Amino acid sequence: MKRKNLPWKLIVTLALVVIALLVVFPLDNKIRLGLDLKGGSHIVLQCVDTPEAPVDEDSVRRVLEIIRNRVDQLGVSEPVIVRQGQDRILVQLPGITDPARAVEIIGKTALLEFKDEEGNVILTGANLKNAQVQYDRIGRPVVAITFDSEGAKAFAKATTANVGRHIGIYLDGKLISNPVVQEPILRGEAQISGRFTLEEAQNLAILLRAGALPVKVEVIENRSVGPTLGRDSINYGVRAAIIGAILVLIFMPIYYGRLGVIADLALLCYGIFLLALFIALKATLTLPGIAGLILTLGMAVDANVLIFERIKEEFRLGKTWRASVEAGFRKAFRTILDSNLTTLIAAVLLFSLGSGPVKGFGVTLSLGILCSMFTGIWVTRTLVEALAGWVGSNVKTEKADV
Amino acid sequence: MKFLKLQSIDFIGHRKVAYGISIFLIVISVLSLGIQKLNYGVDFAGGTLLQYRFSREVSIEEIRDVLAEQGLAKSVIQRFSPQEFVIRTVKLGEEEKKALETSLGEKLGEVQLVRIEEVGPAISLDLRRAGFIAFLGAIAGILVYVSLRFEFRPAVTSVIALIHDGIVVLGLLSLFQREFTAPVLAAILTVLGYSINDSIVLMDRVRENLKLRKKEESFTGLVNRSINEMLSRTINTSLTTLLPVIALLFFGGKMLQDFAFTLFAGIVVGTYSSIFIASSLLVDWEARSPRRR
Repeated sequence: MKRKNLPWKLIVTLALVVIALLVVFPLDNKIRLGLDLKGGSHIVLQCVDTPEAPVDEDSVRRVLEIIRNRVDQLGVSEPVIVRQGQDRILVQLPGITDPARAVEIIGKTALLEFKDEEGNVILTGANLKNAQVQYDRIGRPVVAITFDSEGAKAFAKATTANVGRHIGIYLDGKLISNPVVQEPILRGEAQISGRFTLEEAQNLAILLRAGALPVKVEVIENRSVGPTLGRDSINYGVRAAIIGAILVLIFMPIYYGRLGVIADLALLCYGIFLLALFIALKATLTLPGIAGLILTLGMAVDANVLIFERIKEEFRLGKTWRASVEAGFRKAFRTILDSNLTTLIAAVLLFSLGSGPVKGFGVTLSLGILCSMFTGIWVTRTLVEALAGWVGSNVKTEKADV
Repeated sequence: MKFLKLQSIDFIGHRKVAYGISIFLIVISVLSLGIQKLNYGVDFAGGTLLQYRFSREVSIEEIRDVLAEQGLAKSVIQRFSPQEFVIRTVKLGEEEKKALETSLGEKLGEVQLVRIEEVGPAISLDLRRAGFIAFLGAIAGILVYVSLRFEFRPAVTSVIALIHDGIVVLGLLSLFQREFTAPVLAAILTVLGYSINDSIVLMDRVRENLKLRKKEESFTGLVNRSINEMLSRTINTSLTTLLPVIALLFFGGKMLQDFAFTLFAGIVVGTYSSIFIASSLLVDWEARSPRRR
């Protein structure tokens, strides 16, 4: 053993622990949580070709922009709105409490049309300047709209020609209001009253302000989790992680004596390092990610088991304690590398397995494997060397038993 | 170091028992996979999953009645907690979801939608494809690794043990009708990658022992000795990994239960097959056509 390097190794280990602790604590809100843990909606929209409105590059870009407008109106903090491939759009809305409403607002085409009794389109939502919720005389919510100058002209003309007759207001082809024109409306203002609830009126105003989508869109994926369920998942996960860690921490010293205590110290280092790494890399923790983290708690001490078993074996062959330790670490190294590589192959492939939560599992597993190789081999070795006297004396008393 | 002070156990001598158990497990698995199939979640099957929280305790029958009224009698209903239920149906439109929620609210009191997972056919097809590719990729990666690392025979028997593990874990998922989702597939791939390693370690030891083989020792005896030498290692690495998985299974909450179940089954079956199957097959192969050493 290169004992002369030992003080340095110890200093480096301690320094790493201190740095990691500084990164990790205080823990509040440092770990980036996935939507499945903090609550929120993950929605994928697909632009659909129709004979009236074929999908092209330009229309997809406009859809993206209009959806961005609509999401802005929802008041979500840190939304993600990105294009996926040719004709898909991914929308992520953290912290949303009413996913049904979000889908309604994002996925609706919201084509507003004013039609006369013959069904001729007088004008559409494209000529809209503004839309706001107001209340009518008896306190019912209505949506008040203002047309741009072109729209105001067309509306003035149509209302002049249609006094005493109906003008239908259609949203996505559905009649929502069918008022009778009392007198020509020349100022370019109108009211849509459709027996709305306040929320319906608010939704409609948002949709009208943001504009109609140029093509039909379909919600092809929607994963939404309420904030309470996400919090429950975190609590359960933390509980399982603590219990799991305690079980391993108890098992190692029972089976491996003082060497087991060193494995425990290395495991604690592992936990702190992994958390610090996670925070430093700004990785996202998902629900399967929590499971991956718990799984690696057990895998992390595998390296210790391999090394300790080898040390015991060498010791049994009659080598000195020191030579056994040396040989144990050297001979176990290949096996540790093997075991971690095969698991790493599987973990890396999980990145290709689509959805965010599973990727999160791949991330924690890969980070965990790499981190545990460091703590399982390097940190353990440093500690074994530093505490050689203490560990060695324990072994000698049990020699007859080994 | 007083635990598991095992005497030499004749694993190879009892290999017929192990073969019997494994054949039984595989037959059960294949039958279950053929008859009950896997219980695909919305990831792979497509559809809508809705989780509702009620303000009072509700029975499955009450929910089934409401669903039947909505023409959704075929849905899968699972209790999540006394006041929470998960409903899995075909993919529903916005109007249908609204109607269902209104109806649940009218019949069963205040209701809150706490989770929704909706996957359309295009996405579920994508996920199936990605899952299949990940599966093949993991197997291929492990095969390449094993073939680089080993001689021909131990590589083949280790891989047979791995395929055995894969079939049995899938079979158990089918038998207990655990929901087969993308995370569950991820768990399967992980345990396959993890448990091939037990076989690798064992085969390594066989190779090491072959170099120092005494003339009077038979190949069977040598393999058996190798298993015994590695026994506490094999059991302890699996056990330390199992302990947190057990904690996850019992204390990790409902959301992670199928995932934990898969890990648990995979680790147990993987350890068993490394000890009993991979090495036994090697011995039988050697007995039929001995190689010159």
